[in-house]
Amino acid sequence: MALYRNGTFAADSWQRLDAAQELPAEGHVLLSLAEWQKLAPIKRESNVAFGVLLEPGETAEAIAADLSRLSLVAITFPKFTDGRGYSTARILRDRYKFAGELRAVGDILFDQIQLYERCGFDALEITDPVTLGLLEAGRKPVMTHFYQPGEGAEVRDSSSPWRGRAATSATA
Amino acid sequence: MYRYDNFDATFVAERVAQFKDQVARRLAGELTEDQFRPLRLMNGVYLQLHAYMLRVAIPYGTLSPRQLRKLAHIARHYDKGYGHFTTRQNIQFNWPALADCPAILSELANVEMHAIQTSGNCVRNVTADQFAGAAADEIEDPRPYCELLRQWSSLNPEFSFLPRKFKIAIAGAPHDRAAVKVHDIGYQIVRNADGEIGFAAYVGGGLGRSPFVAHKIRDFVPKADLLNYTAAILRVYNLEGRRDNKFKARIKILVHEKGAEAMRDAVEAEFARSRDPDLVLTPEIIDRFKSYFALPDLPSRPVPAQNFEGRRAQDADFAHFASQNVVAHKVPGYGVVSISLKPIGGIPGDVTAEQMEAVADLAETYAHSEVRVAHEQNLVLPHVALDDLPALYDRLKDSNLATPNIGLVTDIISCPGLDYCSLATARSIPIAQRISERFGHNGRAAEIGELHINISGCINACGHHHVAHIGILGLEKKGVETYQITVGGAADETCALGEVLGPGFSSESVVDAVEAIVETYLKVRKSRDEDFLSTYRRVGAAPFKEVLYERA
Repeated sequence: MALYRNGTFAADSWQRLDAAQELPAEGHVLLSLAEWQKLAPIKRESNVAFGVLLEPGETAEAIAADLSRLSLVAITFPKFTDGRGYSTARILRDRYKFAGELRAVGDILFDQIQLYERCGFDALEITDPVTLGLLEAGRKPVMTHFYQPGEGAEVRDSSSPWRGRAATSATA
Repeated sequence: MYRYDNFDATFVAERVAQFKDQVARRLAGELTEDQFRPLRLMNGVYLQLHAYMLRVAIPYGTLSPRQLRKLAHIARHYDKGYGHFTTRQNIQFNWPALADCPAILSELANVEMHAIQTSGNCVRNVTADQFAGAAADEIEDPRPYCELLRQWSSLNPEFSFLPRKFKIAIAGAPHDRAAVKVHDIGYQIVRNADGEIGFAAYVGGGLGRSPFVAHKIRDFVPKADLLNYTAAILRVYNLEGRRDNKFKARIKILVHEKGAEAMRDAVEAEFARSRDPDLVLTPEIIDRFKSYFALPDLPSRPVPAQNFEGRRAQDADFAHFASQNVVAHKVPGYGVVSISLKPIGGIPGDVTAEQMEAVADLAETYAHSEVRVAHEQNLVLPHVALDDLPALYDRLKDSNLATPNIGLVTDIISCPGLDYCSLATARSIPIAQRISERFGHNGRAAEIGELHINISGCINACGHHHVAHIGILGLEKKGVETYQITVGGAADETCALGEVLGPGFSSESVVDAVEAIVETYLKVRKSRDEDFLSTYRRVGAAPFKEVLYERA
């Protein structure tokens, strides 16, 4: 597994904690929604940076009030064909203005990378060896023209307000 | 019609390059079939019973002669010399090699065409009334709005992996020729009390194994809000639609299980809090898109059209063609001409490369270079001067394209069925051919009058049998094909699902059963003016059940 963040491989400082484990004094801790909701308010105020992992069916609304305390929201894609997480990501970015790290985990494949990025994910946890190989070889998604506003490095095309172009291609 | 700008052309070229790379990775074993399937489907490539099938998008059924000639070229060079028009106004090629598909897509891109999202669990080709922009009864041409939806939904990152496929249709006239109430979203263009034009929104219609007529969830969506309102519906569906069972994953099941009121509330709430200013359609944008679909400059023609009237008075066959295949145009002296792809005994929707080229030539000569595809699997020349109709008719006859049967019992909608499709449980095309032969001679179909027969080769209902006046569903029971008959369905503004008459019929007896239903109708109708559907609505199913099951 490797973490691909903002177009490059990065070290992952986040630690997944389950119910049995003691909360550390500091560091980056990723909890399930249930564990987060059980966490006493006093512990939420510790020096730990918190993240919540949303499973399919768990909504952005469930953490909306807590977003100021969260540095990471991870969203699970159990299969790459399960597209619920795309909407969850857009709601977090557009409606709740979540500015922390948004991470896609699960069945993350090369051909969907641009969809994740355009819905506001800035980090992907990748296990698929072919996808890892393509990214390690420097391959990037080929689409640079988009018919709808998207998140990430895009500039609006002059032809219509919903059209955008990848920022890197805008000057090309 | 809509013309690509540089942006559109680059988008399609990039998409072709992307798919070419995906095919190469699949052939190299770097993508599993499970990983590749959604990618090829979103580019229109199906794996069928005998071969791959490529479904090419014809947005809202509008084609130029140049595009039609390219389709003919593809049929000839990459297929077996013919194509098949579908009920989504698209065209399918049944025999391309997978390795050729990127080359075909490149050829299509040269004429501003593609196969993007003709399959897959995404927003499919947005369909429209085939008479859009020409029909006398139209409030407004739906195609500018279809094109706006096409652009916004193309590779939409949020809505590319929906629970299931998603079909949108827009009708521009009070008489619904686009079957909007059997779509995931159907928009009916309406005028509100203030005289403004907008859309009545219907959600959750669909056929397949669980057919539903859509619920109206809003009386009036202003034009400015079309994209944002559509986005709200799609977001509710994407998050809440069932993903545990593919047969319960369409939005119709969500609407059914959640209830239409709750669905309306959820959509309205989402719409209210998520409106994206970039998706608001300003009057300037709407005017620009309308200009792409402006009515061609139609020279003034004499009314009455003497050439047309003269031929009609002396040639009964021509007069029959004119009454059956031509409807009123919004400009006097012009007509909208349907070209039936249902020759007697033929395969519904099939067209040869030579016929496509003939239609392209005729469109240039007589129809201001526009061709339409109807969801009934026919072609349309939308702008024909009535005085040119005699010459057009003669040339259509030369190409075996002058069958005068639009809306008649021989104008059958049929899915490809077991002859092509890997999902089918029974053959549909041979049944359509036999019914066509049974009624297609000696003026019998004209005597029967308007009667829509639709045939599906399995419960997925691609042949739309539920909304036929007489619907036929092919099933397989213990290894034998059996055909269930429904009556009383309708796809127009009076949308209704047909009623099952009783146990199914064998392949040998199903055509006799249809004939018995038709003969019963002829006996009980009040007059020739009472068509099959009106008669059924008056007398119910009882006389038809009786003739089929009680006189054995």
